[in-house]
Amino acid sequence: MSAAELPTTEFDEPEEAVLPAPLAEPFPTNGFAALASSGVDEGDMVQLLDEQGVLQHDPAFSPYIEALDADTLRGFYRDMAVARRFDSEGTALQRQGELALWVPLTGQEAAQVGSGRASREHDYIFPTYREHAVALTRGLDLADLLRLFRGTSNGGWDPRDKNFHLYTLVLAAQTLHAVGYAMGIQRDIKADPTTEPAAAMVYFGDGASSEGDVHESMVFAASYQAPVVFFCQNNYWAISVPFEVQSRVPLVNRASGYGFPGIRVDGNDVLAVHAVTAWALEHARSGNGPVLIEASTYRLGAHTTADDPTKYRMAAEEEHWRAKDPVARYERYLRESGMADDAFFAQVADEANELATYVRKAVLSMENPDIRDKFADVYGAPHPLVAEELAWFEQYQASFVDAENEGGAA
Amino acid sequence: MKTMTIAKAINEGLRAALAKHPKSFLMGEDIGSLGGVYRVTEGLKAEFGADRVMDTPLAESGIIGTAIGMALRGHQPICEIQFDGFVFPGFNQITTQLAKIRTRSNGMLSAPVVIRIPYGGGIGSIEHHSESPEALFAHTPGLRIITPSNAHDAYWMIQQAVECPDPVIVFEPKRRYWLKGEVDTESTELDPFKAQVVREGTDATVVAYGPLVPVALAAANAAAEDGHSVEVIDLRSISPIDFDTITASVEKTGRLVVAHEAPTFGGIGGEIAARISERSFYALEAPVIRVGGFHMPYPVARVEEHYLPDIDRILEALDRALGY
Repeated sequence: MSAAELPTTEFDEPEEAVLPAPLAEPFPTNGFAALASSGVDEGDMVQLLDEQGVLQHDPAFSPYIEALDADTLRGFYRDMAVARRFDSEGTALQRQGELALWVPLTGQEAAQVGSGRASREHDYIFPTYREHAVALTRGLDLADLLRLFRGTSNGGWDPRDKNFHLYTLVLAAQTLHAVGYAMGIQRDIKADPTTEPAAAMVYFGDGASSEGDVHESMVFAASYQAPVVFFCQNNYWAISVPFEVQSRVPLVNRASGYGFPGIRVDGNDVLAVHAVTAWALEHARSGNGPVLIEASTYRLGAHTTADDPTKYRMAAEEEHWRAKDPVARYERYLRESGMADDAFFAQVADEANELATYVRKAVLSMENPDIRDKFADVYGAPHPLVAEELAWFEQYQASFVDAENEGGAA
Repeated sequence: MKTMTIAKAINEGLRAALAKHPKSFLMGEDIGSLGGVYRVTEGLKAEFGADRVMDTPLAESGIIGTAIGMALRGHQPICEIQFDGFVFPGFNQITTQLAKIRTRSNGMLSAPVVIRIPYGGGIGSIEHHSESPEALFAHTPGLRIITPSNAHDAYWMIQQAVECPDPVIVFEPKRRYWLKGEVDTESTELDPFKAQVVREGTDATVVAYGPLVPVALAAANAAAEDGHSVEVIDLRSISPIDFDTITASVEKTGRLVVAHEAPTFGGIGGEIAARISERSFYALEAPVIRVGGFHMPYPVARVEEHYLPDIDRILEALDRALGY
């Protein structure tokens, strides 16, 4: 579906399928070559800022950006730059042994900030485990994200505070939760029409798109016309496996198979992502059913701090994508348009460094939970086995204290 | 007191739950106009409407996963999985998501989803329609697993499952769906997580649950003709297990047989045997003996009678226990 057709909420006939050229080898090991021949037409996506940071006009989506004031537009940069600095601090903390693992987002800032900033307070966000920049746009204390990676909590925040769900590590499981949540919104509105209109937005990646839960979630979403936006960040690599092994067609094509709109957007263009997501969320909130967004982006670093991209992809491919860097591109736009100057960028850099200092301090001062409290979180109602095991554990622990005391007395 | 089948008792229990809890609703495959493949939900769509009795796409992971999302939004889903052997596409959502949401959120979130699963064999059906996978779920912290054996318990246990703040899987003994019994719809004293002594005895204890409770009772009656007084306990809850009731019985009888349809290896019987040997070692006059399915995929219907524990298999186990 081309950009020019989009914001009407009409969805009549699926576009003719864009079939990829046959690949030389069925499962290419060279991702860069594979990408080039995958048939993914980079032109067939919504883009408002070209790679040089020059603003383009799109009759359907430009109005969404024209409605934003300069502070908001500068805020996009601030979010992206701060998120990138936060990300590098996460990697540093892991390298220094302070985090068990870190999941870098560098390269995907525009996809996350553009979409996160398009969501509203009453929308509910289901992230994967890489949506640190979305968390930032929702107003979370970013230090809380690190509890999971520090090993002090599997959650770390109350999802109801900012309508930002816990990270989900089992790939695609959250896509169904989002559809169910959206179906719950439908029920609430039906029971009480004064309920605030809202949508669920769920993030997943190209790797997760192969999971059965994505399919089932899209079937349910379409069947019940649930107010949900599926936001797929296609970063072209599922750890070490290139996109071509997940799909031979752009993922956005799948939407027409389920019978709802799909939009492919330049995921490194924060303005295009914002406009497309704002449209999609409005479409969903207005009772028109689900939308799939495929944001074409790139993970410039490793999948996590546990892998090494030099083992599975070529440096030339990374360079190809560095030229499309979402933060640098947007900086050029802000400078050229006169919306921001050196002083602004220096101020953002200071803010980013302050955040990094803050999260580092927060991580180093995180206290281990008391495992006795963990017994209380398994069930909501009293449970005899849990109670018995807790009682045993407490007397077992107490036996060491007694032994120490006796030793001291002797 | 009303006389009704177990299927009708669950139907009435669901009706009462839907009437009492406005945010509760049923979801599953073919549960609406058809009333479910066992007609357990018959008439409920007509009474409560399609939103409260929702036919879903044929997708078990989708059923459980969307139910979790609806519970997070404050709704109360009561899911039906059509058959025991078809729960596995939803196993990931049940064990990695549903069971853990309270712990992962440090107690801030809960998803008190109810999952009804008709289970067990003895109906002459084709493969995947006769299984007893309860131990796989009992091994997962965060879930509660209950199974009624009679109409009265079924009527109340399904309602208490809906009111429980935790996820509850209700395994329904499908070959007993048509077993009639008295239901006291006024009494609310039943605790679904407490085992019930359904027959008192002094020489040995048989623990059973779900479809095997009537078999255990028949075995106890047969043993009585040979002069043995056998106590029978209906476990009701597989997770948690009410070990206090079993312990009290074993301290009296000194002998314990545990019977279930599921394979004995890695099963609930093994867990009970281990716990009781730890708790009541000096009271035991004989090893705890398990009666259950063999270590094979559930066999074809024409030979399932040799697989399923029957009266004679329980009597044989009792003979061994009493022989020490």
